[in-house]
Amino acid sequence: MVRVTHWLTVVAFVALLVTGGEIVISHPRFYWGEVGNVNTRPLFVIPIPASRSTVPTSYGYVMPDQNGWSRYLHFEAAWVLLLTGLVYGIYGLWSGHFHKNLVPARSDWTWRAYRDRIAKYMRRERADRAEENTYNVLQRSAYLVVILVLFPLVIWTGLAMSPSFTSAFPATAELLGGRQSARTIHFFVSWLLVIFLVVHVAMIALSGFWSRMRAMITGQTRDSEEAQ
Amino acid sequence: MNPISRRRLIYGGVAAAASLGGLAVADRVATRYGLIPPDGGGIYGPGETLTYACQRLLTARVPAREFPRSMISKNPFANAVAPPTEEFKRLQAGGFRDWRLVVDGTVARPMSLSLADLRSLPSQNQITEVACEEGWSYIAEWIGTPLSGVLREAGVLPHSRYVVYYPMEEGLWESIDMADAMHPHTFLTLGMNDGDLPVPFGGPLRLRLPRQLGYKSLKYLTHVTVTDDIKKFGSGKGSVDPDYGYSWYAGI
Repeated sequence: MVRVTHWLTVVAFVALLVTGGEIVISHPRFYWGEVGNVNTRPLFVIPIPASRSTVPTSYGYVMPDQNGWSRYLHFEAAWVLLLTGLVYGIYGLWSGHFHKNLVPARSDWTWRAYRDRIAKYMRRERADRAEENTYNVLQRSAYLVVILVLFPLVIWTGLAMSPSFTSAFPATAELLGGRQSARTIHFFVSWLLVIFLVVHVAMIALSGFWSRMRAMITGQTRDSEEAQ
Repeated sequence: MNPISRRRLIYGGVAAAASLGGLAVADRVATRYGLIPPDGGGIYGPGETLTYACQRLLTARVPAREFPRSMISKNPFANAVAPPTEEFKRLQAGGFRDWRLVVDGTVARPMSLSLADLRSLPSQNQITEVACEEGWSYIAEWIGTPLSGVLREAGVLPHSRYVVYYPMEEGLWESIDMADAMHPHTFLTLGMNDGDLPVPFGGPLRLRLPRQLGYKSLKYLTHVTVTDDIKKFGSGKGSVDPDYGYSWYAGI
Protein backbone atom coordinates (compact mmCIF):
# COMPACT_ATOMS: atom_id res chain seq x y z
CA MET A 1 0.00 0.00 0.00
CA VAL A 2 2.83 2.38 0.83
CA ARG A 3 4.49 1.59 -2.51
CA VAL A 4 1.28 1.92 -4.57
CA THR A 5 0.42 5.29 -3.00
CA HIS A 6 4.04 6.43 -3.44
CA TRP A 7 3.98 5.86 -7.20
CA LEU A 8 0.49 7.35 -7.61
CA THR A 9 1.79 10.44 -5.80
CA VAL A 10 4.79 10.56 -8.16
CA VAL A 11 2.51 10.57 -11.21
CA ALA A 12 0.16 13.18 -9.72
CA PHE A 13 3.02 15.38 -8.53
CA VAL A 14 4.76 15.43 -11.91
CA ALA A 15 1.44 16.36 -13.59
CA LEU A 16 0.83 19.09 -11.01
CA LEU A 17 4.32 20.47 -11.41
CA VAL A 18 4.22 20.69 -15.21
CA THR A 19 0.70 22.13 -15.36
CA GLY A 20 1.37 24.44 -12.43
CA GLY A 21 4.34 25.84 -14.33
CA GLU A 22 2.14 26.39 -17.39
CA ILE A 23 -0.43 28.25 -15.29
CA VAL A 24 2.23 30.48 -13.71
CA ILE A 25 3.47 31.46 -17.19
CA SER A 26 0.14 33.18 -17.88
CA HIS A 27 0.86 35.64 -15.05
CA PRO A 28 4.45 35.35 -13.78
CA ARG A 29 3.95 38.08 -11.16
CA PHE A 30 3.41 37.44 -7.46
CA TYR A 31 1.74 39.59 -4.81
CA TRP A 32 1.05 39.66 -1.09
CA GLY A 33 -2.38 40.27 0.38
CA GLU A 34 -5.85 39.72 -1.01
CA VAL A 35 -5.59 41.29 -4.47
CA GLY A 36 -2.93 41.90 -7.11
CA ASN A 37 -2.90 42.62 -10.82
CA VAL A 38 -0.79 44.42 -13.44
CA ASN A 39 -1.79 47.77 -11.88
CA THR A 40 -0.50 46.64 -8.48
CA ARG A 41 3.12 46.62 -7.30
CA PRO A 42 4.24 42.98 -7.29
CA LEU A 43 6.17 41.23 -4.53
CA PHE A 44 8.42 39.79 -7.24
CA VAL A 45 8.31 38.94 -10.92
CA ILE A 46 9.75 35.86 -12.58
CA PRO A 47 11.83 37.21 -15.50
CA ILE A 48 10.20 35.13 -18.23
CA PRO A 49 7.87 36.07 -21.08
CA ALA A 50 4.17 35.56 -20.27
CA SER A 51 1.60 33.60 -22.27
CA ARG A 52 -0.82 36.57 -22.16
CA SER A 53 -0.29 39.83 -23.99
CA THR A 54 -1.90 41.83 -21.14
CA VAL A 55 1.01 41.08 -18.78
CA PRO A 56 3.89 43.53 -19.23
CA THR A 57 7.26 41.77 -19.43
CA SER A 58 10.62 42.92 -20.74
CA TYR A 59 10.15 40.62 -23.76
CA GLY A 60 8.48 41.52 -27.04
CA TYR A 61 7.18 38.00 -27.19
CA VAL A 62 4.07 36.18 -25.95
CA MET A 63 4.42 32.49 -25.15
CA PRO A 64 1.89 29.95 -26.44
CA ASP A 65 -1.10 29.73 -24.10
CA GLN A 66 -1.48 26.27 -22.54
CA ASN A 67 -3.71 27.19 -19.63
CA GLY A 68 -6.83 25.30 -20.66
CA TRP A 69 -5.69 21.67 -20.52
CA SER A 70 -3.16 22.60 -17.84
CA ARG A 71 -5.95 23.69 -15.52
CA TYR A 72 -8.11 20.65 -16.28
CA LEU A 73 -5.15 18.34 -15.59
CA HIS A 74 -3.93 20.33 -12.56
CA PHE A 75 -7.24 19.92 -10.74
CA GLU A 76 -7.67 16.29 -11.77
CA ALA A 77 -4.13 15.47 -10.57
CA ALA A 78 -4.89 17.39 -7.37
CA TRP A 79 -7.79 15.00 -6.76
CA VAL A 80 -5.51 11.99 -7.36
CA LEU A 81 -3.00 13.45 -4.89
CA LEU A 82 -5.65 14.21 -2.27
CA LEU A 83 -7.40 10.84 -2.47
CA THR A 84 -4.09 8.97 -2.54
CA GLY A 85 -2.95 10.99 0.46
CA LEU A 86 -6.14 10.12 2.35
CA VAL A 87 -5.73 6.39 1.62
CA TYR A 88 -2.06 6.55 2.64
CA GLY A 89 -2.80 8.56 5.78
CA ILE A 90 -5.54 6.22 6.97
CA TYR A 91 -3.46 3.15 6.13
CA GLY A 92 -0.36 4.66 7.76
CA LEU A 93 -2.15 5.27 11.03
CA TRP A 94 -4.08 2.01 11.00
CA SER A 95 -1.14 -0.27 10.12
CA GLY A 96 1.37 1.49 12.36
CA HIS A 97 3.49 2.44 9.33
CA PHE A 98 3.95 6.02 10.58
CA HIS A 99 4.76 4.93 14.09
CA LYS A 100 7.05 2.08 13.06
CA ASN A 101 8.84 3.55 10.04
CA LEU A 102 8.57 7.33 10.13
CA VAL A 103 8.50 8.70 13.66
CA PRO A 104 12.16 8.78 14.79
CA ALA A 105 12.98 6.52 17.72
CA ARG A 106 12.78 8.27 21.08
CA SER A 107 16.55 7.96 21.50
CA ASP A 108 17.02 9.87 18.22
CA TRP A 109 15.15 12.99 19.37
CA THR A 110 18.43 14.85 19.90
CA TRP A 111 20.49 17.24 17.81
CA ARG A 112 23.33 14.81 18.27
CA ALA A 113 21.49 12.07 16.35
CA TYR A 114 20.98 14.44 13.41
CA ARG A 115 24.58 15.67 13.57
CA ASP A 116 25.92 12.12 13.62
CA ARG A 117 23.83 11.08 10.65
CA ILE A 118 24.86 14.17 8.66
CA ALA A 119 28.50 13.45 9.47
CA LYS A 120 27.99 9.91 8.23
CA TYR A 121 26.60 11.25 4.92
CA MET A 122 29.54 13.65 4.66
CA ARG A 123 32.01 10.80 5.01
CA ARG A 124 30.07 9.01 2.23
CA GLU A 125 29.86 6.01 4.52
CA ARG A 126 27.72 3.16 3.23
CA ALA A 127 24.49 2.52 5.07
CA ASP A 128 25.05 -0.25 7.61
CA ARG A 129 23.02 -3.44 7.56
CA ALA A 130 20.60 -2.12 10.19
CA GLU A 131 19.76 0.85 7.98
CA GLU A 132 19.13 -1.14 4.80
CA ASN A 133 15.62 -2.12 5.86
CA THR A 134 14.57 1.00 7.67
CA TYR A 135 14.91 4.77 7.48
CA ASN A 136 17.49 6.75 9.42
CA VAL A 137 16.62 9.76 11.51
CA LEU A 138 17.20 12.29 8.71
CA GLN A 139 15.05 10.34 6.25
CA ARG A 140 12.29 9.94 8.81
CA SER A 141 12.28 13.64 9.57
CA ALA A 142 12.35 14.69 5.91
CA TYR A 143 9.52 12.31 4.98
CA LEU A 144 7.42 13.47 7.92
CA VAL A 145 7.88 17.13 6.98
CA VAL A 146 6.80 16.36 3.39
CA ILE A 147 3.80 14.29 4.50
CA LEU A 148 2.61 16.37 7.45
CA VAL A 149 3.64 19.90 6.48
CA LEU A 150 4.38 20.47 2.79
CA PHE A 151 1.61 18.45 1.14
CA PRO A 152 -1.12 19.69 3.52
CA LEU A 153 0.13 23.24 3.03
CA VAL A 154 0.17 23.00 -0.77
CA ILE A 155 -3.40 21.61 -0.71
CA TRP A 156 -4.57 24.32 1.69
CA THR A 157 -3.01 27.17 -0.31
CA GLY A 158 -4.49 25.68 -3.48
CA LEU A 159 -7.99 25.63 -1.99
CA ALA A 160 -7.50 29.16 -0.64
CA MET A 161 -7.37 30.35 -4.27
CA SER A 162 -10.78 28.85 -5.10
CA PRO A 163 -13.49 31.54 -5.19
CA SER A 164 -16.22 29.08 -4.25
CA PHE A 165 -14.29 27.28 -1.50
CA THR A 166 -13.24 30.55 0.14
CA SER A 167 -16.84 31.76 0.00
CA ALA A 168 -17.74 28.81 2.21
CA PHE A 169 -14.58 28.99 4.33
CA PRO A 170 -13.21 32.56 4.20
CA ALA A 171 -10.75 31.84 7.04
CA THR A 172 -8.76 29.51 4.76
CA ALA A 173 -7.68 32.56 2.74
CA GLU A 174 -7.67 35.13 5.56
CA LEU A 175 -5.31 33.11 7.78
CA LEU A 176 -2.74 33.14 4.98
CA GLY A 177 -3.01 36.89 4.44
CA GLY A 178 -5.36 36.73 1.45
CA ARG A 179 -5.82 35.09 -1.91
CA GLN A 180 -2.63 36.46 -3.49
CA SER A 181 -0.59 35.47 -0.42
CA ALA A 182 -2.00 31.96 -0.79
CA ARG A 183 -0.87 31.92 -4.43
CA THR A 184 2.63 33.07 -3.47
CA ILE A 185 2.93 30.50 -0.66
CA HIS A 186 1.60 27.81 -3.03
CA PHE A 187 4.43 28.70 -5.41
CA PHE A 188 7.15 28.50 -2.73
CA VAL A 189 5.87 25.30 -1.14
CA SER A 190 5.90 23.74 -4.62
CA TRP A 191 9.58 24.70 -4.85
CA LEU A 192 10.28 23.11 -1.46
CA LEU A 193 8.67 19.93 -2.74
CA VAL A 194 10.82 20.10 -5.87
CA ILE A 195 13.95 20.53 -3.72
CA PHE A 196 12.88 17.49 -1.69
CA LEU A 197 12.36 15.55 -4.92
CA VAL A 198 15.83 16.45 -6.22
CA VAL A 199 17.58 15.49 -2.96
CA HIS A 200 15.44 12.34 -2.67
CA VAL A 201 16.36 11.16 -6.19
CA ALA A 202 20.03 12.14 -5.68
CA MET A 203 20.18 10.05 -2.49
CA ILE A 204 18.63 7.10 -4.29
CA ALA A 205 21.22 7.44 -7.04
CA LEU A 206 24.04 7.54 -4.45
CA SER A 207 22.77 4.53 -2.53
CA GLY A 208 22.37 2.39 -5.67
CA PHE A 209 19.62 3.47 -8.00
CA TRP A 210 18.45 0.06 -9.24
CA SER A 211 18.48 -1.73 -5.90
CA ARG A 212 16.46 1.12 -4.34
CA MET A 213 14.08 1.19 -7.30
CA ARG A 214 13.60 -2.54 -7.07
CA ALA A 215 12.90 -2.22 -3.37
CA MET A 216 10.30 0.49 -3.92
CA ILE A 217 8.61 -1.40 -6.76
CA THR A 218 8.69 -5.00 -5.52
CA GLY A 219 9.18 -4.47 -1.80
CA GLN A 220 12.21 -6.85 -1.83
CA THR A 221 15.61 -5.93 -0.42
CA ARG A 222 18.81 -7.97 -0.35
CA ASP A 223 18.13 -8.90 3.26
CA SER A 224 14.57 -10.01 2.77
CA GLU A 225 15.63 -12.23 -0.15
CA GLU A 226 18.41 -13.85 1.82
CA ALA A 227 16.00 -14.52 4.63
CA GLN A 228 13.63 -16.48 2.43
CA MET B 1 1.33 -19.60 -4.78
CA ASN B 2 1.87 -19.16 -1.06
CA PRO B 3 -1.05 -18.46 1.31
CA ILE B 4 -0.16 -14.81 1.81
CA SER B 5 -0.33 -13.90 -1.84
CA ARG B 6 -3.57 -15.88 -2.23
CA ARG B 7 -5.09 -13.92 0.61
CA ARG B 8 -3.84 -10.72 -0.96
CA LEU B 9 -5.39 -11.71 -4.28
CA ILE B 10 -8.76 -12.30 -2.63
CA TYR B 11 -8.59 -9.00 -0.76
CA GLY B 12 -7.58 -7.25 -3.96
CA GLY B 13 -10.45 -8.84 -5.88
CA VAL B 14 -13.00 -7.89 -3.23
CA ALA B 15 -11.65 -4.33 -3.12
CA ALA B 16 -11.77 -4.02 -6.92
CA ALA B 17 -15.33 -5.38 -7.10
CA ALA B 18 -16.43 -3.08 -4.27
CA SER B 19 -14.93 -0.02 -5.93
CA LEU B 20 -16.50 -0.85 -9.31
CA GLY B 21 -19.87 -1.34 -7.63
CA GLY B 22 -19.34 1.86 -5.66
CA LEU B 23 -18.54 3.77 -8.84
CA ALA B 24 -21.72 2.49 -10.53
CA VAL B 25 -23.83 3.56 -7.54
CA ALA B 26 -22.06 6.93 -7.33
CA ASP B 27 -22.72 7.51 -11.04
CA ARG B 28 -26.46 6.87 -10.62
CA VAL B 29 -26.70 9.08 -7.54
CA ALA B 30 -24.72 11.86 -9.24
CA THR B 31 -26.94 11.77 -12.33
CA ARG B 32 -30.08 11.77 -10.20
CA TYR B 33 -29.05 14.80 -8.14
CA GLY B 34 -27.44 16.80 -10.97
CA LEU B 35 -23.86 16.46 -9.74
CA ILE B 36 -22.30 15.85 -13.16
CA PRO B 37 -21.20 18.99 -15.04
CA PRO B 38 -21.92 19.33 -18.79
CA ASP B 39 -18.19 18.78 -19.47
CA GLY B 40 -18.07 15.73 -17.18
CA GLY B 41 -16.93 13.37 -19.98
CA GLY B 42 -13.50 12.65 -21.43
CA ILE B 43 -10.17 12.24 -19.67
CA TYR B 44 -10.62 15.27 -17.43
CA GLY B 45 -14.25 14.34 -16.66
CA PRO B 46 -13.61 12.51 -13.36
CA GLY B 47 -11.73 15.48 -11.89
CA GLU B 48 -14.34 17.98 -13.06
CA THR B 49 -17.18 15.82 -11.75
CA LEU B 50 -15.54 15.42 -8.33
CA THR B 51 -14.98 19.17 -8.06
CA TYR B 52 -18.47 20.12 -9.20
CA ALA B 53 -20.23 17.45 -7.11
CA CYS B 54 -18.32 18.47 -3.96
CA GLN B 55 -19.03 22.14 -4.55
CA ARG B 56 -22.72 21.47 -5.09
CA LEU B 57 -22.99 19.31 -1.97
CA LEU B 58 -20.99 21.69 0.23
CA THR B 59 -21.36 25.22 -1.09
CA ALA B 60 -24.52 25.48 -3.24
CA ARG B 61 -26.14 28.00 -0.89
CA VAL B 62 -23.26 29.77 0.86
CA PRO B 63 -23.02 33.52 0.19
CA ALA B 64 -20.10 34.93 -1.78
CA ARG B 65 -17.10 36.25 0.15
CA GLU B 66 -17.61 40.00 0.71
CA PHE B 67 -15.03 42.58 1.70
CA PRO B 68 -14.99 45.84 3.66
CA ARG B 69 -15.21 49.07 1.66
CA SER B 70 -11.60 49.88 2.60
CA MET B 71 -10.41 46.91 0.53
CA ILE B 72 -11.85 48.16 -2.78
CA SER B 73 -8.97 48.21 -5.32
CA LYS B 74 -7.75 51.68 -6.27
CA ASN B 75 -6.59 50.57 -9.72
CA PRO B 76 -8.73 47.67 -10.89
CA PHE B 77 -7.57 45.95 -14.07
CA ALA B 78 -10.15 45.75 -16.86
CA ASN B 79 -8.33 43.04 -18.89
CA ALA B 80 -8.38 42.95 -22.67
CA VAL B 81 -11.69 43.08 -24.50
CA ALA B 82 -12.52 42.61 -28.16
CA PRO B 83 -12.80 45.88 -30.13
CA PRO B 84 -16.40 47.13 -30.04
CA THR B 85 -18.63 46.19 -32.94
CA GLU B 86 -20.45 48.79 -35.09
CA GLU B 87 -23.65 47.78 -33.32
CA PHE B 88 -22.06 48.44 -29.92
CA LYS B 89 -20.77 51.86 -31.03
CA ARG B 90 -24.22 52.79 -32.32
CA LEU B 91 -25.85 51.83 -28.99
CA GLN B 92 -23.14 53.62 -27.05
CA ALA B 93 -23.71 56.81 -29.08
CA GLY B 94 -27.36 56.63 -28.04
CA GLY B 95 -26.43 56.40 -24.35
CA PHE B 96 -27.39 52.69 -24.39
CA ARG B 97 -31.08 53.71 -24.42
CA ASP B 98 -31.75 50.96 -26.98
CA TRP B 99 -29.77 48.27 -25.12
CA ARG B 100 -31.99 45.26 -24.50
CA LEU B 101 -31.70 42.18 -22.32
CA VAL B 102 -33.81 39.38 -23.76
CA VAL B 103 -35.01 36.72 -21.31
CA ASP B 104 -36.51 33.63 -22.93
CA GLY B 105 -36.36 29.82 -23.07
CA THR B 106 -38.26 27.67 -20.60
CA VAL B 107 -40.00 30.61 -18.92
CA ALA B 108 -43.72 31.40 -18.68
CA ARG B 109 -43.31 35.06 -19.71
CA PRO B 110 -40.40 35.86 -22.06
CA MET B 111 -39.22 39.44 -21.64
CA SER B 112 -37.17 42.15 -23.28
CA LEU B 113 -35.80 44.61 -20.72
CA SER B 114 -34.18 48.00 -21.23
CA LEU B 115 -31.55 49.31 -18.82
CA ALA B 116 -34.22 51.63 -17.40
CA ASP B 117 -36.42 48.58 -16.74
CA LEU B 118 -33.51 46.92 -14.91
CA ARG B 119 -32.83 50.09 -12.90
CA SER B 120 -36.44 50.13 -11.72
CA LEU B 121 -35.92 46.71 -10.09
CA PRO B 122 -34.68 46.50 -6.47
CA SER B 123 -31.07 47.69 -6.47
CA GLN B 124 -28.45 45.90 -4.40
CA ASN B 125 -24.70 46.14 -4.00
CA GLN B 126 -21.89 43.73 -3.22
CA ILE B 127 -18.18 44.27 -2.59
CA THR B 128 -16.62 41.18 -4.11
CA GLU B 129 -13.44 40.05 -5.79
CA VAL B 130 -12.89 39.32 -9.48
CA ALA B 131 -10.38 36.47 -9.66
CA CYS B 132 -9.00 35.67 -13.10
CA GLU B 133 -7.90 32.16 -13.98
CA GLU B 134 -4.49 33.65 -14.87
CA GLY B 135 -3.94 34.47 -11.20
CA TRP B 136 -4.59 38.20 -10.78
CA SER B 137 -7.54 39.75 -8.96
CA TYR B 138 -9.20 42.96 -7.75
CA ILE B 139 -12.03 43.98 -5.46
CA ALA B 140 -14.81 46.37 -6.49
CA GLU B 141 -18.28 47.36 -5.44
CA TRP B 142 -20.87 46.11 -7.90
CA ILE B 143 -24.34 47.61 -8.10
CA GLY B 144 -27.21 45.85 -9.82
CA THR B 145 -30.18 43.62 -9.34
CA PRO B 146 -30.09 39.88 -8.63
CA LEU B 147 -30.69 37.71 -11.71
CA SER B 148 -33.05 35.63 -9.55
CA GLY B 149 -35.58 38.50 -9.38
CA VAL B 150 -35.77 38.77 -13.17
CA LEU B 151 -36.02 34.99 -13.51
CA ARG B 152 -38.86 34.88 -10.97
CA GLU B 153 -40.69 37.61 -12.86
CA ALA B 154 -40.24 35.67 -16.10
CA GLY B 155 -41.55 32.53 -14.39
CA VAL B 156 -38.94 29.79 -14.72
CA LEU B 157 -40.64 26.50 -15.56
CA PRO B 158 -40.06 23.73 -12.99
CA HIS B 159 -38.03 21.39 -15.22
CA SER B 160 -35.43 24.08 -16.04
CA ARG B 161 -31.85 23.14 -15.20
CA TYR B 162 -29.48 25.73 -16.65
CA VAL B 163 -29.37 29.40 -17.55
CA VAL B 164 -27.46 30.11 -20.77
CA TYR B 165 -26.27 33.68 -21.31
CA TYR B 166 -24.79 35.58 -24.24
CA PRO B 167 -22.78 38.78 -24.66
CA MET B 168 -23.05 41.11 -27.64
CA GLU B 169 -19.93 39.53 -29.15
CA GLU B 170 -20.72 36.74 -31.62
CA GLY B 171 -19.64 33.21 -30.75
CA LEU B 172 -19.33 33.65 -26.99
CA TRP B 173 -21.73 32.10 -24.53
CA GLU B 174 -21.79 30.73 -21.01
CA SER B 175 -24.14 28.85 -18.74
CA ILE B 176 -24.68 28.22 -15.05
CA ASP B 177 -26.85 25.79 -13.14
CA MET B 178 -30.01 26.91 -11.33
CA ALA B 179 -28.22 26.98 -7.94
CA ASP B 180 -25.87 29.68 -9.26
CA ALA B 181 -28.57 31.43 -11.33
CA MET B 182 -30.83 31.85 -8.28
CA HIS B 183 -27.94 32.70 -5.92
CA PRO B 184 -28.48 36.11 -4.26
CA HIS B 185 -25.02 37.34 -5.34
CA THR B 186 -25.50 36.55 -9.03
CA PHE B 187 -26.11 40.08 -10.30
CA LEU B 188 -27.21 41.82 -13.45
CA THR B 189 -24.63 44.54 -12.87
CA LEU B 190 -25.25 48.13 -13.97
CA GLY B 191 -22.86 50.06 -11.73
CA MET B 192 -19.38 49.80 -10.28
CA ASN B 193 -17.84 51.77 -7.40
CA ASP B 194 -20.67 54.36 -7.20
CA GLY B 195 -20.85 55.08 -10.95
CA ASP B 196 -22.23 53.50 -14.09
CA LEU B 197 -20.42 50.30 -15.04
CA PRO B 198 -17.56 51.52 -17.32
CA VAL B 199 -17.36 49.95 -20.79
CA PRO B 200 -13.91 48.31 -20.21
CA PHE B 201 -15.40 46.52 -17.17
CA GLY B 202 -18.39 45.25 -19.14
CA GLY B 203 -20.72 48.25 -19.22
CA PRO B 204 -23.54 48.83 -19.70
CA LEU B 205 -24.52 45.39 -18.41
CA ARG B 206 -22.45 42.53 -17.00
CA LEU B 207 -23.38 39.31 -15.27
CA ARG B 208 -21.47 39.09 -11.97
CA LEU B 209 -20.88 35.64 -10.57
CA PRO B 210 -18.48 36.24 -7.68
CA ARG B 211 -18.18 32.61 -6.62
CA GLN B 212 -16.62 31.60 -9.94
CA LEU B 213 -13.55 32.80 -11.84
CA GLY B 214 -13.74 35.98 -13.90
CA TYR B 215 -14.34 34.33 -17.24
CA LYS B 216 -17.86 33.34 -16.16
CA SER B 217 -18.76 37.00 -15.47
CA LEU B 218 -19.56 37.87 -19.09
CA LYS B 219 -19.38 41.49 -20.18
CA TYR B 220 -21.95 43.20 -22.50
CA LEU B 221 -24.82 40.90 -21.58
CA THR B 222 -27.69 40.88 -24.07
CA HIS B 223 -29.51 37.58 -23.79
CA VAL B 224 -30.47 35.08 -21.09
CA THR B 225 -32.05 31.75 -22.04
CA VAL B 226 -33.36 29.28 -19.49
CA THR B 227 -33.18 25.66 -20.61
CA ASP B 228 -33.85 22.10 -19.50
CA ASP B 229 -31.37 20.62 -21.99
CA ILE B 230 -27.85 22.01 -22.13
CA LYS B 231 -26.84 19.48 -24.81
CA LYS B 232 -28.74 21.52 -27.40
CA PHE B 233 -26.31 24.42 -27.05
CA GLY B 234 -23.03 24.52 -28.96
CA SER B 235 -21.03 21.34 -28.54
CA GLY B 236 -23.15 20.42 -25.52
CA LYS B 237 -20.52 21.09 -22.88
CA GLY B 238 -22.25 24.05 -21.25
CA SER B 239 -20.26 26.93 -22.75
CA VAL B 240 -17.54 27.75 -25.26
CA ASP B 241 -14.93 27.31 -22.48
CA PRO B 242 -14.51 23.53 -22.87
CA ASP B 243 -14.07 24.07 -26.64
CA TYR B 244 -11.10 26.30 -25.77
CA GLY B 245 -9.94 23.78 -23.17
CA TYR B 246 -11.32 25.57 -20.10
CA SER B 247 -13.64 23.99 -17.58
CA TRP B 248 -17.33 24.87 -17.52
CA TYR B 249 -17.52 25.07 -13.74
CA ALA B 250 -15.09 27.77 -12.62
CA GLY B 251 -15.76 27.79 -8.88
CA ILE B 252 -12.93 25.23 -8.58
